[in-house]
Amino acid sequence: MIIAERKPMEEIKQAMAPYKKVLVAGCGTCVAVCWAGGEKEVEILASQLRLARSAEGNEIVTLEATVERQCEKEMVEELKDKVAEVEAVLSLACGSGVQTMAELFEDKPVFPAVNTTFIGMPEKEGLWVEMCGACGDCFLDRTGGICPIVRCAKGLLNGPCGGTRRGGKCEIDPEKDCAWVLIYRRLEKQGRLDLMREYYSPRNFRAVKRPGRVQAVKA
Amino acid sequence: MATPFREILKTKDFVVTAEVGPVKGSNVSKAIEHIELLKDKVDGLNVTDNQSSVMRYPSLGICLLIKEHDGEPVFQVTCRDRNRLAIQADLLFAYSRGVSNVLCLTGDSIDVGDHKEAKQVFDLDSVQLIHLVHTLNSGKDMAGNELDGGIDFCIGTTATPSADPLEPQLIKVEKKLKAGVSFIQTQAVYELDELKRFTEFVRNIDEKVKILAGIVPVIGAKMAAYMNENVPGIFIPQHLIDELAQAPKGTGVSKGIEIAARVIKQIKEEKVCDGVHIMFIGREERVPEILEAAGLL
Repeated sequence: MIIAERKPMEEIKQAMAPYKKVLVAGCGTCVAVCWAGGEKEVEILASQLRLARSAEGNEIVTLEATVERQCEKEMVEELKDKVAEVEAVLSLACGSGVQTMAELFEDKPVFPAVNTTFIGMPEKEGLWVEMCGACGDCFLDRTGGICPIVRCAKGLLNGPCGGTRRGGKCEIDPEKDCAWVLIYRRLEKQGRLDLMREYYSPRNFRAVKRPGRVQAVKA
Repeated sequence: MATPFREILKTKDFVVTAEVGPVKGSNVSKAIEHIELLKDKVDGLNVTDNQSSVMRYPSLGICLLIKEHDGEPVFQVTCRDRNRLAIQADLLFAYSRGVSNVLCLTGDSIDVGDHKEAKQVFDLDSVQLIHLVHTLNSGKDMAGNELDGGIDFCIGTTATPSADPLEPQLIKVEKKLKAGVSFIQTQAVYELDELKRFTEFVRNIDEKVKILAGIVPVIGAKMAAYMNENVPGIFIPQHLIDELAQAPKGTGVSKGIEIAARVIKQIKEEKVCDGVHIMFIGREERVPEILEAAGLL
């Protein structure tokens, strides 16, 4: 899923400074699961914003709404009436959701309240780790299902760098595992180390022509 | 004229190289001093490429200075700062100006350097970089286009014999050997057993490749602890840290030189590998003392 983190309150306050009435809009999918932008987070942010503004003697009115997926126009359209009432929208969705909102309501400024960070999974409660770089040329069949493109700090395709720390930790962070040590162990366990001995030629960085646009064919 | 490094590798029993660290700024007088001091005492001078991800005068620039001063440069190329177009262009330029040795390495992460917010490139990895140089050597670029005026680089790479776990590193070394290299410069080695094990592994795959053991003198127990913590790929054993800690105050540098010379002598006497690469970062002017103490002058 898409992982996001809430922006610092100061930054949000600054963005909202010119406005007296805003819609705080959440998304009920990815960002809700990673505790960044669901219904509960909308409620908390809206009340924090009101309190902060009230303390400054500059009240702000907040409307609150959360749609199931802010990256789908049909669902965002449900907010039409609420958007009409406000001067600006503060979106807690991922970058895709913020842009869907902005495209649908072109006359209203839409502000991001979260920083979209990566595609990942929960490692344990409250801890999310990056898993996929959406490179458009999936390599996981050769690496025992562990992506070196995002889980190796350098995105190396042919094995670990020389900076791996003792115990198989990453050069840049002793908290993170060296992806290539993980790949080695996984492939060893599966008796498929030959895959690691193969030479992989340079990546095709144009596998997805950016900006991405994919025409799916219905099954 | 300096003897081409390729010839040195073929003919010399014990090869010795050292490093010239590029300056931070445009004043190259210090680098020239180091070149003049070392060029006739060693077989080749390596020039680091924005070492430790710290922005400096370019590796290629210092390589040209070495050529101008009749030394034999080894052009270090990392994958961190340039994409495949830029690397190929730099290699063509280097060769056209007489720089004919290249050391292919991954490069430290941007996170360890002084421009931590920069975009790191890693369009290629070190194995792919070795293949790239062979492609250029064959008269074509990576896209398959013919080159007007080819190149013929002597190719080297790096390895970390003290990595833990070692096996994934060795698989990568195997790929580098299969890609084709004439020499390997190891990361700093402090334990000869590790170096012996590594050499044996390499010899089983490639009998001809020359292995130069990396020598990084350590000048104090605190520095050793710092390096263990902060310098990627460096593992200094506790007994050396203890030996350094016992050295009288103010004798750290000479102790470091003594230990380095001792290791070099042992490597040479026991024929553990084919030579050494001395990296005395920031103290290049004291490299001759190591050479002298190791009986290499």
